[in-house]
Amino acid sequence: MNLLMSPANKQTEDLVNVQVDGHWIQVKRGTRMIEACKQASAEVPHYCYHPKLSSPGNCRMCLVEMGMPPRPAPGQEAELDNDGHAKISWMPRPVIACANTVTEGMGIRTQSTLAKECREGVMEFLLINHPLDCPICDQAGECTLQEYSVEHGKGESRFLENKVKKPKNVDIGPRIRLDDERCVLCSRCVRFTQEIVDDDVLGFVDRGSHNVLTIHPDKPLANNYSLNTVDICPVGALTSNDFRFKMRVWFMRETKSICNGCARGCNILISSRENKIYRQTPRENNEVNSSWMCDSGRLNYHLLESDARLTDPMMKKGKSHETVDWPQAIRSTAEGLLKYKGDEVAIIASARMTNEELYLVRVLADTLETKNVDTLKCHGEGDDYLNHKDRRPNTNGAKAILKLRSPGSRVNSIKKGIESGSIKALFVYGENIESKGFDDRVLSKLKFLVSSHILANPTAKLSDIVLPGASYAEKRGSMINATGRLQLLNKAIEPPGNSRDDWEILQDLNRAMDGKDFIYELADLFSEMASIVPVLKGLTLSGIGEKGASVIETGETIPLLEREAQRVNQGLIVG
Amino acid sequence: MEAPKYIKGKEPHKSEYRMIFRNVDRRGWDASIKSYIADGGYRDLKKALKMKPQEVTDEVKTSGLRGRGGAGFPTGVKWGFIPPNNKKPVYLICNADESEPGTFKDRYIVHQDPHQLIEGMLISCYAVGAKVAYIYIREEFPEGAKILEGAIEEARKKNLLGKKILGGKFNCEIYVHRGAGAYICGEETGLIESLEGKRPYPRIKPPYFPAALGLYMCPTIVNNVESLCHVKHIIAMGGREYAKIGTPRNTGTRILCVSGDVIRPGYFEVEVGKITMGELINDVCGGLRKGRKLKGVIPGGSSAKVLRAGEKYTIGTGESERTIGINEIPMDFDTLAACGSMAGSGGVIVMDDSRDMTWILNNINTFYAHESCGQCTPCREGSLWMKKITDRMVSGAGVPSDLKTLTSVGDNIAGRTICAFGEACAWPTQSFVAKFPEDFKKHTSRRNAGKELNPESKAAAAGLKR
Repeated sequence: MNLLMSPANKQTEDLVNVQVDGHWIQVKRGTRMIEACKQASAEVPHYCYHPKLSSPGNCRMCLVEMGMPPRPAPGQEAELDNDGHAKISWMPRPVIACANTVTEGMGIRTQSTLAKECREGVMEFLLINHPLDCPICDQAGECTLQEYSVEHGKGESRFLENKVKKPKNVDIGPRIRLDDERCVLCSRCVRFTQEIVDDDVLGFVDRGSHNVLTIHPDKPLANNYSLNTVDICPVGALTSNDFRFKMRVWFMRETKSICNGCARGCNILISSRENKIYRQTPRENNEVNSSWMCDSGRLNYHLLESDARLTDPMMKKGKSHETVDWPQAIRSTAEGLLKYKGDEVAIIASARMTNEELYLVRVLADTLETKNVDTLKCHGEGDDYLNHKDRRPNTNGAKAILKLRSPGSRVNSIKKGIESGSIKALFVYGENIESKGFDDRVLSKLKFLVSSHILANPTAKLSDIVLPGASYAEKRGSMINATGRLQLLNKAIEPPGNSRDDWEILQDLNRAMDGKDFIYELADLFSEMASIVPVLKGLTLSGIGEKGASVIETGETIPLLEREAQRVNQGLIVG
Repeated sequence: MEAPKYIKGKEPHKSEYRMIFRNVDRRGWDASIKSYIADGGYRDLKKALKMKPQEVTDEVKTSGLRGRGGAGFPTGVKWGFIPPNNKKPVYLICNADESEPGTFKDRYIVHQDPHQLIEGMLISCYAVGAKVAYIYIREEFPEGAKILEGAIEEARKKNLLGKKILGGKFNCEIYVHRGAGAYICGEETGLIESLEGKRPYPRIKPPYFPAALGLYMCPTIVNNVESLCHVKHIIAMGGREYAKIGTPRNTGTRILCVSGDVIRPGYFEVEVGKITMGELINDVCGGLRKGRKLKGVIPGGSSAKVLRAGEKYTIGTGESERTIGINEIPMDFDTLAACGSMAGSGGVIVMDDSRDMTWILNNINTFYAHESCGQCTPCREGSLWMKKITDRMVSGAGVPSDLKTLTSVGDNIAGRTICAFGEACAWPTQSFVAKFPEDFKKHTSRRNAGKELNPESKAAAAGLKR
């Protein structure tokens, strides 16, 4: 084929020329039509297509008009248009854009009469048996059926028959509710459970219009990633029990943050309103968690609402604790710690603290001239998907900033120091150290114990001074996850009562102990920290970005992402 | 081979050319291999095994054989779609799911002449390189499945099937797999999914063309029972001789199944294109019932568009262009397609003027609504919707807008689905409403418009202020 291509771009081995809505673009060979349209900023509405799952092509919403240059007769040249591209011959039959790949010279029309008629038709079909549940459906406001019926629907109904009745409010698992009437049978949930988390418990039964999504007769949908099906369900068929009837989505503010359940550091969105968190959902990050997160991480915001939440600084008076104000608490803490020199003081910080907070702990340790600094090592069971066995989100940050080669390795020697009497004062920040053997017997040997927590616990009970801090959703700061990625937490809600942001508590302490200046901008604190922590050298807080930045080569891989990459290579998913 | 004699009362009509159905209703004939071999059976398998596989395919290509299952796709071309450098096992599947309403031909081959099918399958397996073949037989033929399994064992005993067939290097196993009563299992990829043990949801094409990614994602050829039988005869007489039967581009014979308002409904094997609709209905089937006039004909199974008596069709191009009436339509693939219908599976349904087309369409819509697999949106929702509309019309609650709605729903289904079931359920609605609007209008009444037609809307309307 010898096409005289003057202004038009030649196809290379890697790129092909595609016309989308009249504009010629170049895309990589093998790109799906729907992704090529996305690159050309032409929206192709869809239900069943998802870049991380296989494409069954069953919703038919992504039908577009397609054309190809006709093969010229032997001995003849192809007819060219003004741009030097072969003239396109448009096919009368529409094709789906999600499962077909582009070829050289292909034309796609997403706004033609045919494409619009197809969408109107599909919308009408989906709505004829759909229940009028919008007023009671949790999906309202983020429902693709709602959005597309406004943009692509007919606007009125001509359906005069009875709707098909299916089971509603079906209990299919501890955290999920199913409504079969709302289900558009896109099969995203079935494919997710089969392909991503190897828990094949969902499937379709019955025929035709009576198709229903159903749960395995013996096994519920109970795996630790079940709530992702609620995220990907385009309508309100699968809903979260935790979020059911709690809040309308358009009232909630979404804050981009990081889950603190383990060292994976899944990117999340915290949805809140008026200082109350209603739900957490995953944010896509193809270097960390793809589009998913685990159920336990998703629901861990509930501990912020616990009755055991500390809301005021307290000091021990006799057998019980008395509420004091912050200036008093800070003053007493500083005085109490400064009485002891060097290695008579120990600090146990937490790998739940942000980098900035850990940096302030380092400054504190330098002021006290102590080398007895450590964080707690807290390992549990990871899994083969996203859960990391390290249950602390910022172990790598603790290592880099507190210069710990092996976090948790000095805890025993600190305990022995306390028992022998060589360590007289202990500052615990954000950990209940009773789990590591620091019980009443050990801690009562101390002359001075001050700790900071968000929830009441045995360590707080034994402390002379308790400082209430902020949880992960109530602070801004950076953390480094298990694969060495620096990521940003953002503040979604205010800490309750009189509890304060930890970086402010620590700065107050540093000022009280050493007259250090208070840094008012977190970005400035970050820069000061970056100047002395090698892995952060040259970075700024604002430069971290929404998807984070890789700062340490750990050599660790993420099993779920590896498998995803394999499926992208096989052409099964887009990725 | 002597000329066969037939059971009294079941003799073929003089217009017939009994090739595939040579042994159906034959006197002194049974389904055993003894009968078959005594009549010269399996000779053509021996002949084929002496040829090269590609030569067998080339004969089928030369013969111009078109699929007899409904689509009429050239069989030799289909066999040629297997990727040239294929290293995966190749499978041949015989589609014995015969579920198209109005079609009843494959059942006679299966029940009365199973060895013809088996010989045709073995020859076809040899041509495409398949070592394993399946006969997917519909659940409603339990006897047929037993007969086929018995025939397979008979053939195995004579070393005509299994390992080292007739002492040569060709191995071929045939398994009978019973369906479970779903029309969609007649769709080739639905059949493949069912054979794999899954729900019969047809696959999207591209990329899952069976010749490349079929059964277990290996190259697979799916052919109709009758088509595979034709292969045997093509090898017997050679492709070129076979192509002389019938008409150009519509070669060979085909079995027409006539049902409906004729005096003598039944099955008739005729040369493709050598008999017209009028000859079929009036000569072969003895005409319509006394005092009745022809109203309409569905020429190719219920999926085909209906033809109305009295219509005129312009066929041919340039100098050969002419206009014909329904009785002059030759029963071949191309002309029926040019007349706006299709030859399909050969199920000819004749309707006289005693029939009300709304009832007939409702009957057809009920079938398709029941058989839709439900995978893709237009067919799943639309098929049941069309049935509900005709239900309402037939029960006296139709409104004038129903005609437009029916046509519009049909238009929104056809061409927009994963498989041809979309066209199959939409074409009857589109064609019946377009060609017999007066029948449908009779079932609508302006008085019905705006009525609360179901209990929920009645209750809702009760609370509304007008």
